[in-house]
Amino acid sequence: MSIQPIEAAELLSLNRFNVDEEEPHIVLDKEICRTKCKEKPCLMVCPAVLYKLDKTGEMTFDCAGCLECGTCRVVCKAKGITKWEYPRGTFGVSYRHG
Amino acid sequence: MSEEDKFDVIIIGAGPAGIACAYTLAKDGRNVLVIERGTTAGSKNVTGGRFYTYALDLVEPGLWKDAALERKVTHEQIMMMDKKTSITIDYSNPSFNREGEMPQSFTILRAVFDEWFAAKAEEAGAVIACGIKVDGLIEKDGRIIGVRAGGDEMYSDLVVAADGVNSMIAREAGLVTELSGETIGVGVKEVIELPSKTIEERFHLKPGEGASLLMLGCTEGIHGGGFLYTNNESISLGCVFTPSEAAHNGRQIHDIFQDLKMHPSVYPLIEGGKTVEYGAHLVREEGYRGIPKKLYRDGLIVIGEAAGFVLNIGYTIRGIDLAIVSGVAAARAVISGKNPGPEYLDELKRIKLLPTMKAVDGYFDLLEIPRMYAAYPKVATGVFNKMYTVGTDVPVSIKKGIWSVVKENKLSLWQLAKDGIRGFRSI
Repeated sequence: MSIQPIEAAELLSLNRFNVDEEEPHIVLDKEICRTKCKEKPCLMVCPAVLYKLDKTGEMTFDCAGCLECGTCRVVCKAKGITKWEYPRGTFGVSYRHG
Repeated sequence: MSEEDKFDVIIIGAGPAGIACAYTLAKDGRNVLVIERGTTAGSKNVTGGRFYTYALDLVEPGLWKDAALERKVTHEQIMMMDKKTSITIDYSNPSFNREGEMPQSFTILRAVFDEWFAAKAEEAGAVIACGIKVDGLIEKDGRIIGVRAGGDEMYSDLVVAADGVNSMIAREAGLVTELSGETIGVGVKEVIELPSKTIEERFHLKPGEGASLLMLGCTEGIHGGGFLYTNNESISLGCVFTPSEAAHNGRQIHDIFQDLKMHPSVYPLIEGGKTVEYGAHLVREEGYRGIPKKLYRDGLIVIGEAAGFVLNIGYTIRGIDLAIVSGVAAARAVISGKNPGPEYLDELKRIKLLPTMKAVDGYFDLLEIPRMYAAYPKVATGVFNKMYTVGTDVPVSIKKGIWSVVKENKLSLWQLAKDGIRGFRSI
């Protein structure tokens, strides 16, 4: 495979994840995202591009590919992120190179 | 666990800071527990990737010799670029890797290095518990006496927060204030596998030697820059962006970074390689100014990046070495038998960490100039374009060429003069 731009989802598939199906470590109040947040910085700054808008303009998010950098937490001024914790022990991303 | 059955020190986080602290304490016979949320030490950690070796020698002389490090850096490069063109300065110094001496710095992969370092601390007698997340601190009469983790309680004379840039623990304890989107960078990185021979040919390296390349002008004007480090059999290529600016740039940082891979001056360096991992991490960008006002309270000390010990002065970027130094300082404070908090601050001065950070504090002003990230790299490449373009037209003088490029980029002489003075003062 030669070097080319790679979609975020494909890049994430190269990483090792242990997804916590029981307890998501990031939780949104999408109502706040929709009504209180104009700028939606998370759409631009999440390295994994996990924050997206659907056709109706509602925020969609899945923490399964989260790289646990914390950028969304810092830029979320409208507080649409109601919970941001690190995943429970052993869950989340496991870097093999880092 | 009962309060009587306690550790001397509990360290939160098995990164370089926490491990350096644990190693030093364990060697002194202290009863140390390191709690790490990743399945192995380093599995949650990402670096750009370079490590300045002196820090490991502070932990123990000669320890670097069998450390899990990558290449010895002998080539220091800075690239200024616009969309298609670039200027590279390549400073090569073989004495950075002299036979029989400690090489100045190595490229590094953190999942590999941290795991090695943690194993060393274990050999020295520290207990390292991986796969456990610390949920919070236990406080009694205003003093931190232990940690809560997964329903358990563990107690110690001292808790050391080495939990990295987001440091939920130090924040909970009121020591570290909230990060701001203006004074941090979000770094993204691909690890791209290539045969070691290919890497050595492309970067003109001897076997085992490496290059560090920092790039300016690849962030669409967003405060930040690109980086490339040659590992043994891979290249770490990445880019750092200030989130507050990236938020209204209109393009995802992932996309801007993908463009960097395809830049005519970068692509040939990674061509034929295979991306094997995509990482991201926050980094503090404030240097000395970002250090929290209080680095300790009764029963708790903050070390490493949780304590703001990171330095980006444009041409060198340091964090892992400072983390290790702060871990050693914390351990020495405990070993001294004095009140560990105030003693830790004194150690940070004696071990020259705080003076080092203070000495380069002015660079922050230089890096704050917004024109550093698009306009100036464009002026530089534009001037070079004029200098090296030869044809049938009568050439203009360099003076005139510079002036026209400055105007093309909508800069004024006044602006240039102001930035020049500001830049000169700050360094």
